[in-house]
Order: sequence, then C-alpha cells, then structure tokens
Amino acid sequence: MELTHEEPNYMKIFWWLLALTIVEVGVVYLHMPKIFMAAALIILALTKAFLVAWYFMHLRNEKVVLVAMVGLPMLLLIDLFFGLMPDVAHRFF
Amino acid sequence: MDHVATIDPSPDFIGTARGKVGMWLFLISDALTFGALLCAYGALRMGASDWPVPAQVLDVPLTAFNTFILICSSLTMVKALSAIRHGDLKGMQKFLLLTALGGAIFLSIQAYEYHHLLGEGGLSLRNNLFCATFFSLTSFHGMHVLGGVIYLLIIFWRSTKGEFTIQNHHRVEIVGLYWHFVDLVWILVFTFVYLL
Repeated sequence: MELTHEEPNYMKIFWWLLALTIVEVGVVYLHMPKIFMAAALIILALTKAFLVAWYFMHLRNEKVVLVAMVGLPMLLLIDLFFGLMPDVAHRFF
Repeated sequence: MDHVATIDPSPDFIGTARGKVGMWLFLISDALTFGALLCAYGALRMGASDWPVPAQVLDVPLTAFNTFILICSSLTMVKALSAIRHGDLKGMQKFLLLTALGGAIFLSIQAYEYHHLLGEGGLSLRNNLFCATFFSLTSFHGMHVLGGVIYLLIIFWRSTKGEFTIQNHHRVEIVGLYWHFVDLVWILVFTFVYLL
C-alpha cells in the first residue's frame, strides 16, 4: 500500500525486547526486596508491551484519533484495578 | 445512474482502513477481557493468606524460552508485512509460515508444561486459587495463540491463491495486529503470573 512512513528498525526493537526479557528473568533471581522487584518487573513489562504496540503494531504511524480510540479504553483498566484494591489493600496497612 | 456515484467509495473510517479499525476494536475488547482477568488475579492474590512463589512451582526458564519464541514470531510477522510491502510475495509466505511455526512451538511447549504440572506437579484447576488463576489465564491466552496460528495459515493459504500484492495486502497487516497483540498479552501474563 502506501510507503509514506519510514519502517522502524525492527531488529533493534527485537533486541530491546529480548534484552528486557533477560533483565526481567535476572531480576527474579536477584532476591531483592519484594516491593522493588515488583516495581521493576511492572515497569519492564509495560515498557515491552509499549514497544510491541508502538513499533510492531505501528501505532506510531496511525492517526491520533485511532491512537486515542485504542488508548482511552485502557484507562478503564486502571479504574478497575483501583476499584478492586480497597477490598484487599487493608491487608497491607 | 448518477446516484451510484454519490455512494462513498472510500474504504476509510476515521482516516484508517475499515478492516484495520475493526481489528483494533476487537483488540480493545480483548485487552479489556485480559485486563479483567489480570485484575481479578491481582485482587485474589493480594487477598489470599498464602500464595506460592511462582518460580518455585512453575518452570520459569522453560517459559522464558517460550517468551523468546513468541518475540521471534513477532519479528517474523513484521518481516512478512515488510516483504509484501516491497512486493516480495515469496518472502512474505516464508515469514508467514515461520510465524505460524513459532506459534505452534509455543503451544507445544505449553502443552508439555501443562502435562508436567498436571501429572508430576499434581496441580489441577480446582486445587486452589493459584492453580485456578494460573490455568485460566494461560489457557485463555493459549487459545488465542491457537486461533492465531489458524488465522495465519488461512492468510498463507489465501496468499497462494494470489490474493495479496504490493498494492493490496491489508489482510496481512490485520493478521499482524492480532499476532502482535497475542505477543503483547503474553509479555504481561509472563510477568504477572510467572515472575512476580
């Protein structure tokens, strides 16, 4: 179809995904405090998910309205997460 | 017959090909389904009085290898799309088959893992919340991979009928969206269920 957009360097994204996966597995065997491990893993996983959506699924080349159409409903998940937390969070406080 | 020409021939919706918008809409609903499963998993786990350390029950190195397989298959998927964009039909077919092969390897390893956990591991869906959430999440994802492999093979079969050209390959892009989404979800499932 249209080659109006420069293709991203797919190999580079692939190596990043691989490197971040290795870091993730490494973090598990480091035996650091649970809270730091959880924070590191969540940040790494979300970064990888973003790389896949942005470059492999070409979201970065899409119209703003499509990116908004995809991104905004994901906010519902944050809502869902914090909606469920009051039921279990008292265990930690 | 003038009014015929007034029918909008544009295949676009919000400036994007309709098929692609359709797949994105499906993926949004699918993402919310997986998101709900993951949130439920998080709430159940945080609310549980005891929860096994996943790395002590599950085979993390084997699953890390499976994650690697899925990332590789995502790479071959973008290569397939890239090939047809440059008019390379044979290259696209090769990469489509490699992508489907990656999915098949993933499923085989998952089947082996299940066999091991259900047999020697003594786990079952009804044991406890850990088992229930583990099998629900991973099998729901596994069914997506199975669907993806079939979807990829259908697209490959259509490519042998000469359906795709350098000008017309939307369906290759759309199967790619689905496949990358399955990879994206696995990244999250692997982190939350196996590593955390």
